[in-house]
Amino acid sequence: MTNPYVPIIIMVALGAAFALISVGTSLIVGPKRYNRAKMEAYECGIQPTPHASGGGKVPIKYYLTAMLFIIFDIESVFLYPFAVAFDRLGLFALVEMVLFIVTVFVAYAYVWRRGGLDWDY
Amino acid sequence: MTTVSTVVMADTFTSASISYSALMPMLIVFVVALAEVLVAGFATRESRHALQVGLSLIGLLGALAALLLGARFHQGVTASVADAAGSRQLGAVVVDGPTIFLQAGVLVLALLAVLIMSERLGGIGADAFTPMGAANPGSVQERAAQRAGLTTSEAFPLMMLAVGGMMLFVAAGDLLTLFVGLEVLSLPLYILTGLARRRRLLSQEAALKYFLLGAFSSAFLLFGAALLYGYAGSVYLSEIASAISAGQPDREVLLVPGVLLVLVGLLFKVGAVPFHSWTPDVYQGAPTPVTGFMAACTKLAAFGAMLRVVYVGAAGDRWNWSVVVVVIAALTMIVGAVMSVTQTDVKRLLAYSSIAHAGFILTGVLAFDVTGVSAVMFYLVTYGLTTIAAFGIVYLVRDVQSGSEATHLSQWAGLGRKHPVAAATFAFLMLAFAGIPLTSGFVAKLGAFGAAVGHGGASGAVLAVIGVLSSAITVFVYVRIIVMMYFTEPAENAVEVVSPSILAKVAIGFCAVLTLALGIAPKLLLDWAANASLFLS
Repeated sequence: MTNPYVPIIIMVALGAAFALISVGTSLIVGPKRYNRAKMEAYECGIQPTPHASGGGKVPIKYYLTAMLFIIFDIESVFLYPFAVAFDRLGLFALVEMVLFIVTVFVAYAYVWRRGGLDWDY
Repeated sequence: MTTVSTVVMADTFTSASISYSALMPMLIVFVVALAEVLVAGFATRESRHALQVGLSLIGLLGALAALLLGARFHQGVTASVADAAGSRQLGAVVVDGPTIFLQAGVLVLALLAVLIMSERLGGIGADAFTPMGAANPGSVQERAAQRAGLTTSEAFPLMMLAVGGMMLFVAAGDLLTLFVGLEVLSLPLYILTGLARRRRLLSQEAALKYFLLGAFSSAFLLFGAALLYGYAGSVYLSEIASAISAGQPDREVLLVPGVLLVLVGLLFKVGAVPFHSWTPDVYQGAPTPVTGFMAACTKLAAFGAMLRVVYVGAAGDRWNWSVVVVVIAALTMIVGAVMSVTQTDVKRLLAYSSIAHAGFILTGVLAFDVTGVSAVMFYLVTYGLTTIAAFGIVYLVRDVQSGSEATHLSQWAGLGRKHPVAAATFAFLMLAFAGIPLTSGFVAKLGAFGAAVGHGGASGAVLAVIGVLSSAITVFVYVRIIVMMYFTEPAENAVEVVSPSILAKVAIGFCAVLTLALGIAPKLLLDWAANASLFLS
């Protein structure tokens, strides 16, 4: 009789091993040809420069995208447990879920109309 | 061969029994808020302001009508499930006397606040709110933002969401609903604080401070809720009360920290010392109509929720924790009163005065008696009316050159000679804050201190004495403003009282008249508060 937590530990160990082995292998056997572009921040946000005089300006686009992501993030947080127990919850929960998604779409429609989806606004 | 034990999920799902008609007032407010979000996105720029104001007024009036018409039929718990023994219903939302009284209070105060918030002073959108975060008033950028349709009619849906949260907050029958209500009322207020059109930096700074400290206090409340759940095995206030009366010897250590941490979250919202440090900055930085709304409605909602937590949930153990709150109440009155003496800015002065008032109200809460409940509820409504009118007038007193609000006290010198109506109204409201007879403030203080002396025991009597002494200090502050307005030579830099639209005039006048009427003939509201002071547990 094995402890029921053993499979979980094996799972965690496998996950950690996968991450460590893939990163470690690429460190050891991967080619190393550095240039300037490779040293810069990869596709995420602004270069960390010293603070400009007068406050400086920060592009606000990423922030809007992040806000938009949170809307859908929250939606999926509730959708997953709902989907798992969908058959037991019945019509009531379906209606509640539809109402919830409608409210999320109100926020989405607002973002769309106010230019939150235009990258060069 | 290993056997893995699987988690057996319950085959049946017990859905909560929900009375939608009992929830109707809140549903109306939230649906209107969503509709206003769509208006902010889809309506043309010209029609937005009128649509938002109209929708807000209709929504609040509709919710008030639904609340009052249904009040007789909906007393009880809703969104409820049966407890483990199946003997009684545990409600996430409790509709009882205090809920209905306080929800009606929130709705009436919010109605008046909307009327003042909607003031345009000849502009396209509401004058108090910036069309674009980075723009100065009257600048090229601001005009460009207006042309692009970036008028901030968002203030109205945000306010409706906050009102909905407040209504849920005072009706919360369990700690999770309490937390959800707290967040729904707080988040829109953080944003509203940062929307001021003038003195942008001050406004943004205030919003950031409010948000950071508010997030902290929410976390405290949540942690307290977790401890109380650990103690009682339930988040429902009535179950916690049962657990306290049954006694949990092995988990006793969780109770007092849990109650006090939950109270930290609530005391932060009412601005009690030592959780008050955000109050002056936020009151000063927020758009003045929002400050009025926040000061009146947030205080009402937070004290309403505190009454329920304390009276329904934690009263059984009050001998162990109330001494801390007694000290907090005394500190709140003293610090609020003393600090208000040193203020030179009208909005900061009113902020410290609101801290002192939070202490007076806390004194009533600590009476642990139904007379305390009714006194606190009466105090909250009358204080809210006076506050909304006072900030409404502060909003109208402007510097002639810059057009921004003249909030420095020295600028108010001689206001009584040039603008007798505004100055007289403001002077009267100051007397009401001070608690002079023939104003509602006197009746309210009498009720709160009377309940403390009559039922609060020795600590109640001490608090009442401190309260009367602090009141005497604040009288000096209020009278100094009156002296400033009437017996001082007008200042060099002239101020004017801009003439608002009929809506704002009606709102300020209504509040001032009620402040007087409830001072002369308070019986009707007192009776109503007394009849509505029993919690359903």
